[in-house]
Amino acid sequence: MVGDRTVAQLVAAARGGDRRAAARLLTLVEQGGQPADEVAGATHQLVDNAHVVGVTGPPGAGKSTLTAALTTLLADQGRRPAVLAVDPSSPLTGGAILGDRVRMVEATAAGVFIRSMATRGHAGGLALAVPGMVRVLDAAGFDPVVVETVGVGQVEVDVATAADTVLVVVTPGMGDAVQANKAGLLEVADLFAVNKSDRPNAADARRDLELMLDLSDMTGHRRAGSPGRPVIVSTVATTGGGVEELARAVDDHLEALVSSGSLAVRRQGRRSAEVRSRLDHLLLEASAAAVASASADGSAGREAPGATAQRLADHLLGGSDYTG
Amino acid sequence: MSGDPPIRVVLAKLGLDGHDRGLKVVARILRDAGMEVVYLGLRQTTETIVDAVEQEDADVVGISMLNAGHLTLGPRIVDALAEAGLDVPVVIGGIVPDEDRPALADAGVAGVLGPGAPIEEVVAGIRDAVAARGR
Repeated sequence: MVGDRTVAQLVAAARGGDRRAAARLLTLVEQGGQPADEVAGATHQLVDNAHVVGVTGPPGAGKSTLTAALTTLLADQGRRPAVLAVDPSSPLTGGAILGDRVRMVEATAAGVFIRSMATRGHAGGLALAVPGMVRVLDAAGFDPVVVETVGVGQVEVDVATAADTVLVVVTPGMGDAVQANKAGLLEVADLFAVNKSDRPNAADARRDLELMLDLSDMTGHRRAGSPGRPVIVSTVATTGGGVEELARAVDDHLEALVSSGSLAVRRQGRRSAEVRSRLDHLLLEASAAAVASASADGSAGREAPGATAQRLADHLLGGSDYTG
Repeated sequence: MSGDPPIRVVLAKLGLDGHDRGLKVVARILRDAGMEVVYLGLRQTTETIVDAVEQEDADVVGISMLNAGHLTLGPRIVDALAEAGLDVPVVIGGIVPDEDRPALADAGVAGVLGPGAPIEEVVAGIRDAVAARGR
């Protein structure tokens, strides 16, 4: 029971359009533990109706404003978009300032469901609970579900395994063609928005991205399940410029995923990535506990660090094999 | 990151009251006390605040008022939340004369934090308001 409603009741209510029930389920998933497992059990077969769109890019590129403009447009078209907006937790206090709603007032008024969340110690641009929270929003009938990451650098690419479609937001003046050709964030993009395109150098930014994509075509290097060359859309999020084109590009990408058979590949990838991330989390906890006990009983002081690690790994991983 | 989940606070200013420096300071104080602050900022309405509280499943709402609107707007927020069926305490920060405090308490406002309230009092004011609702 949660308050006066069971998880099953909350799920049924959320699927009937009860936003408070959806919000409470999101809280349960975010807090983890047994209630979160119960929500996962009640929702994991009710999903894959929503197009999950990841929006990522460096801090200040305009991810929130663009996400708001995009989802407002979709809501006005009669769709039911939801946004999961992730901001960083303080590594020192665990607190966070979640500021994405500041730029989403119109989206709220248009009926977009917006949930802010903190990373709560998770690196990589997202939070551990994101896949489970996406599942709740999907099961509750929201479509698309837009996941906005924290402002990322070059290597935080978690979103690539949490979304069907990844939109990378860049701005003019962020560096030259060499920056664009470095490995990392730009490699996982299915779509690019060159935001703030009313600024000088917007054409240069676009050209550098096109060149980078030309080179990807040349080497044949593309992310698994990519149905084609990423599309670049020029946007001015604050005025709505390019947002309709962006919305079409997002829909087109889903269509291309479906017609190429890649959607199933990506969704299998999303599931595997979630298993992997949960397993990593469990192993990290077990690892920390094992190190603490080896340190407490003094055994770690009598052997080389690598030997202790091997002994603990043998202990943690020994026993049964992997088949479920 | 273990133990109790962080308190989730919605912070906002209403209408045309454009002085948000205090609200930013409070946001930072609460963040550094380990809370998750859903910052709405300026020019909010009762509707946007109710929507945010509902969607964010917030534990408490903090409203900053420096324009002497507290006797009107404080109770209005409390009533709007109650009408929406949201049992969430409202704390008002800003310039509130002492003689107005009983009226706000009667209207269901859970706490008042005046100008110059020390950091500990701000944090305790939010924590106490949440604890009083048993969340």
